[in-house]
Amino acid sequence: MARTAPAGRRPRDSGWSNPTVYVAALLLVGLMLGPVLYIIIGGFRTNSQITTDPAGLPDPWEFGNYTDVLASGTFWRQVGNSTIVALVTTIGVVGLGVMASYVLARYRFRGRGAMYALFAAGLMFPATVAITPLYILIKNLGLVNTLPGVILPQIAFGLPTTVIILVPFLRAIPKEIEEAAAIDRCSRLGFFWRMVLPLSVPGLITTGILAFIGSWNSYLLPLFILNNQDTFTLPLGVQAFASQYSVDTAKVLAFTSLSMIPALVFFSLFERRIVGGLTGAVKG
Amino acid sequence: MSGNFGGTSSAVTEEAPGTRVRNGSGVSASPPLRPRRRGIGWAQRLEIAALSGPAILMFLGFVIFPVLMAAYYGFYRWKGFGVPTNFVGLDNYVTILQDSAFLEALWHNGVIVVLSLVLQGPIALGLALLLNKRMRGQSVIRVLIFVPYVISEVIVGTAWSLILQTNGAVNDVLRSIGLGWVAEDWLANPKLAIWTLMLILTWKYIGFAVILFLAGMQNIPEELSEAAAVDGASYWQTQRRITLPLLAPTIRIWAFLSIIGALQLFDLVYIIWGQYVASTAGTSTMATYMVTEGRNAGNYGYGNAVAVVLFVISLFIALLYQRFVLRRDTEGALTEGR
Repeated sequence: MARTAPAGRRPRDSGWSNPTVYVAALLLVGLMLGPVLYIIIGGFRTNSQITTDPAGLPDPWEFGNYTDVLASGTFWRQVGNSTIVALVTTIGVVGLGVMASYVLARYRFRGRGAMYALFAAGLMFPATVAITPLYILIKNLGLVNTLPGVILPQIAFGLPTTVIILVPFLRAIPKEIEEAAAIDRCSRLGFFWRMVLPLSVPGLITTGILAFIGSWNSYLLPLFILNNQDTFTLPLGVQAFASQYSVDTAKVLAFTSLSMIPALVFFSLFERRIVGGLTGAVKG
Repeated sequence: MSGNFGGTSSAVTEEAPGTRVRNGSGVSASPPLRPRRRGIGWAQRLEIAALSGPAILMFLGFVIFPVLMAAYYGFYRWKGFGVPTNFVGLDNYVTILQDSAFLEALWHNGVIVVLSLVLQGPIALGLALLLNKRMRGQSVIRVLIFVPYVISEVIVGTAWSLILQTNGAVNDVLRSIGLGWVAEDWLANPKLAIWTLMLILTWKYIGFAVILFLAGMQNIPEELSEAAAVDGASYWQTQRRITLPLLAPTIRIWAFLSIIGALQLFDLVYIIWGQYVASTAGTSTMATYMVTEGRNAGNYGYGNAVAVVLFVISLFIALLYQRFVLRRDTEGALTEGR
């Protein structure tokens, strides 16, 4: 299937006249982007502009909201916290995930099926179900109000997706390469380091991005674990900011749009990999 | 279609043949490797343990263990300090199942599950069919439709509650185009709130469904629709008789993910409606009930019992779905999909 896919495989056009399709498509794009643009553009307005004409355009453009947010220590501290949490989570998920996936994909041993089933079952249950006991566990470990208290569970809950995406990926590495490596007296671990890791970079990037965006956007877990303003990640920060400055709508909009930039940038850079990874995970 | 996309999906679809080769080589092929395959030596066991150990420990420690602990804490009346001592048996569970607030939340979850399937399924299918047509700017649209899925729930919730509040942008636009009588309190009116929630959920998650369906459509051999066209089938006949049936496995998997997501819905409701308004607006879910009655009220034993109920309901539905819907066409998915 993949062999036929890249070669300009386009479905036939029939039935619809083109203008209808384009109008529908444009309408769709407008609907999808409207609220996002509303936040971004709203940040360039003043509160009085927003009150008198909620759906209008900036007139004149007001840059103070954005510069205020960018000048505030709170915003940057939250960006820092979110970045640390997301980066460490990503490294942990991908690192542990690729090791476990390699075992599942390339070793034959009793209990392999059970191990795969364990991770696959985890895919069905997001953190919601486990959050209450998880909070108690983190509290007993003394990690409440610390970033590791968010990072460790996030790594654990990120593993199922990673394993499910990576196992087929690693399995697809041709047997011949492993045999050639074995003939060259390369151990299985050496094969893992020298061949598997470089060959699976695309898969690692896909899972890494999914983990990063998931962590960047994560709300429930930080909500439980981080109660101290100093340790807030951006989603908590956005919410706190929105309730603290509920009368200053324009600034809330500016804060909100600045906080979604990293996820959007990551997404637009790696969009194909994310989409490919998601569909791959589901089909696998 | 770039190499990346093709690369990932090919890796996935080759899973089945890969397994076959593996089984074959164990029996007959490649004699040099045979001794290795036979028994598992100590070195290999050590490798397996060292490579998979950390992941398994993390998973058991932070996913499985908490779920088990929830079952234990659920039998106690407990404020979350020290070791639980006040054993109350099934009292928490009796309270949960008799609490009208929980039953309402359960009902809302049920409504959201059904409405998600009924609303998002057809819309996503239509959009996927639309985007599967030859047109300029197709890839740009595919990216844009996915943007809401990538934005965090907090941002989506904050933005939509500003847009939908009584003096927000939506009502303003309605008034300015002379539809002022339609303007409503979209968030607080208990008759409307669940539909508002569905609108926001559809907006946020439709991109995911569309991308899945599009990927599934790319897997349908073009020869089939060409053959149908030769036989004089119209566009809609082709979609109905060829695309839809061949897409069914993808649709079933999407429906599964949608059901699980809807059962555990928390973020958007909690962010938009807060912890108190959700129940009066008719949008509370089992998860928001769990958080308000458990953690926010300081009743950790009770909260854990709710978590167990939520877990059991999700698991029950997941298993039912696997048993009666997914398993039946696993073979179909493999053979039809290529």
